[in-house]
Amino acid sequence: MVGARILLESLKKEGIEVIFGYPGGQVLPIFDALYDFDLKLILTRHEQGAAHAADGFSRATGKVGVCLATSGPGATNLVTGIATAYMDSIPMVAITGQVGTHLIGNDAFQEADVTGITRPVTKHNFLVKDVKDLARTIAEAFYIASSGRPGPVLVDIPLDVQRADTEFIWPEKVSIRSYQPTYSGHPGQIKKAAKLIAQSKQPIIYAGGGVITSGAHLELEKLAEKIQAPVTTTFMGLGCFSGAHKLNLGMLGMHGTAYANHAVMESDLIIAVGARFDDRVTGRLDAFAPGAKVIHIDIDPSSISKNVRVDIPIVGDAKNVLTELLGVIKKLPDTAEWLKTVEGWKNKHPLTYKDSESGMLKPQYILEQLWDLTRGDAIICTEVGQSQMWACQWYKYLTPRTFISSGGLGTMGFGFPAAMGAKIGCPDKEVFNIAGDGSIQMNIQELATCVANKIHVKVLIFNNGFLGMVRQWQELFYKKRYSYTPITSPDYVLLAQSYGALGLLVTKKEEVRPALVKAMQTQNTVFIDFRIEPEENVYPMVPAGAAINKMIEGLA
Amino acid sequence: MRHTISVLVENKFGVLARIAGLFSARGYNIASLAVSETFDPQISYMTIVVEAKDAKILEQINKQLNKLIDVITVTDFTKKEHLDRELVLAKINYAPKDKARLESIFDKFVGKIIHHKGDTAIIEAVGDQQQIGELLEALNKFGIKELVRTGKLAISN
Repeated sequence: MVGARILLESLKKEGIEVIFGYPGGQVLPIFDALYDFDLKLILTRHEQGAAHAADGFSRATGKVGVCLATSGPGATNLVTGIATAYMDSIPMVAITGQVGTHLIGNDAFQEADVTGITRPVTKHNFLVKDVKDLARTIAEAFYIASSGRPGPVLVDIPLDVQRADTEFIWPEKVSIRSYQPTYSGHPGQIKKAAKLIAQSKQPIIYAGGGVITSGAHLELEKLAEKIQAPVTTTFMGLGCFSGAHKLNLGMLGMHGTAYANHAVMESDLIIAVGARFDDRVTGRLDAFAPGAKVIHIDIDPSSISKNVRVDIPIVGDAKNVLTELLGVIKKLPDTAEWLKTVEGWKNKHPLTYKDSESGMLKPQYILEQLWDLTRGDAIICTEVGQSQMWACQWYKYLTPRTFISSGGLGTMGFGFPAAMGAKIGCPDKEVFNIAGDGSIQMNIQELATCVANKIHVKVLIFNNGFLGMVRQWQELFYKKRYSYTPITSPDYVLLAQSYGALGLLVTKKEEVRPALVKAMQTQNTVFIDFRIEPEENVYPMVPAGAAINKMIEGLA
Repeated sequence: MRHTISVLVENKFGVLARIAGLFSARGYNIASLAVSETFDPQISYMTIVVEAKDAKILEQINKQLNKLIDVITVTDFTKKEHLDRELVLAKINYAPKDKARLESIFDKFVGKIIHHKGDTAIIEAVGDQQQIGELLEALNKFGIKELVRTGKLAISN
């Protein structure tokens, strides 16, 4: 069997039914093998779109997403997508063609050192020089991508390896002696954690994306209810604890809720689960939660004590550790007073916005309407910037994998192709992309992919004529000098039409709900151009370098 | 402060680049790095001397190295009994009249002449950091024209 066919058979063995990609000179044998093979390829209009789509597919389904591109520019176009997946620990396998082994290092046409370029943004990568190693390498790539703390793995396959012939031998079991993730938490540490929880008076659970990866949302809910602790989630953790639960404080950090930030700062115990205390969460590090002890549960030892000093580190899979922890918690803390205090903050500092005096649309209102129409039964993808932050604040995520967004890398242009991948993975779910007029123009070419493949995602463009988040910073910290942040857009209605999608324009409040209903009823890709208040800001906001309880709250 | 770490790695394509890339990407400093195959040709042994200003950074270096797929084990020698050696080759100014002076140095310090041509001699020395330091100070009186060092090698005992 030739290498190209071995690759496809290997993908089949891994349970892959759909991949995202783009052809080119150094992947011709793979595309030839795909021609009559039982594996669907979604042809994107840009390799970056393929990488984000594979990522979105993975985030929505929990399976490994696969993208495929040719050598050189095809592969380098994947890099932003790979880096995005890496920062958010998303399991993904990227396959790239490479020039023939005899040409490697010769500056051949469309040659790039792709394993070199992607080394810092992959969990691991491979260059397959011998076809006999191919099947085992693919198996290892999937194993590494999906185990431990997941991440993207790239496999670079030279043209002659794709053509070379050998027997297809699929390894039934993969074992790598130098890679043994720890799944079970240390029982002694878990007992210590239980003791600390019992002693606490003002505990808070700080839950991140690791809860979703590990499938630990039910255990998390049990823990919160058992010890009666409020829960704040990170951006990546949205959906891991129901947004409608009375113990949920929403997201914390730079654009988190004021009450989540106050609760963290005043807590005496932080129970961190699958979260990494990144700078958008902690704000000024030396002022972060000064009175709190910290229990940190994470599968990645390097995440523990990296930023915040941890009292009880527990390395392991969140689901395993929480199950064990629930079993050993005997004495419960009395948190009644604490919950009252937290409720006070909730009442005193709610998320608010004012209707516009000029009658312009408010993005918060659009999201409230979207929530009301879907009640959490949808997948919300986002681009990056103000629209993304409003989507975090003004929609309630009830279950895992319903919020899909680029967290760590903050990649503009992510949302639309990711929504495409999510819709392919979850065809029965309504999938929305919350976009700004800046971000949507970064991968707008994927409209063609959506229409051609009948991928009916609904794109809500919050069009304010600005690169809004940068403009907000310019307004607040650069004396309103709006340097290159005003931005023009095409006529999105006509643009959508020209691709064969449906475009709608909404300028008035009363048109918002009917337009959303129409979008949901339409069996087509839909773009809605919402003309929103141009200088609306995202509040609350913690200025860079400030403690997270020193928020600019905007409206009183 | 300098710390010595040994890393046992799979002897695979690109593994050195992965280690070096990790140090540069995360802003850690390598003072020296020595790499070679072990008795098992599939495994390489690296001795890395790192600059880490506090224990937290050293801990991160250990953890990040362990995270690399091709890394089998990481040993931090900071609090572990070990022996270390370094090999240096030094090219010095040397005239026959200096012979007695030079040999008196070798009575006190490690090292020997392994080559002599014209007004230049090459000295070879193997020793721990202190021995090498003392030798180089003594040799410097002759004028060191060129110096190459392997970097530290360390092994637990």
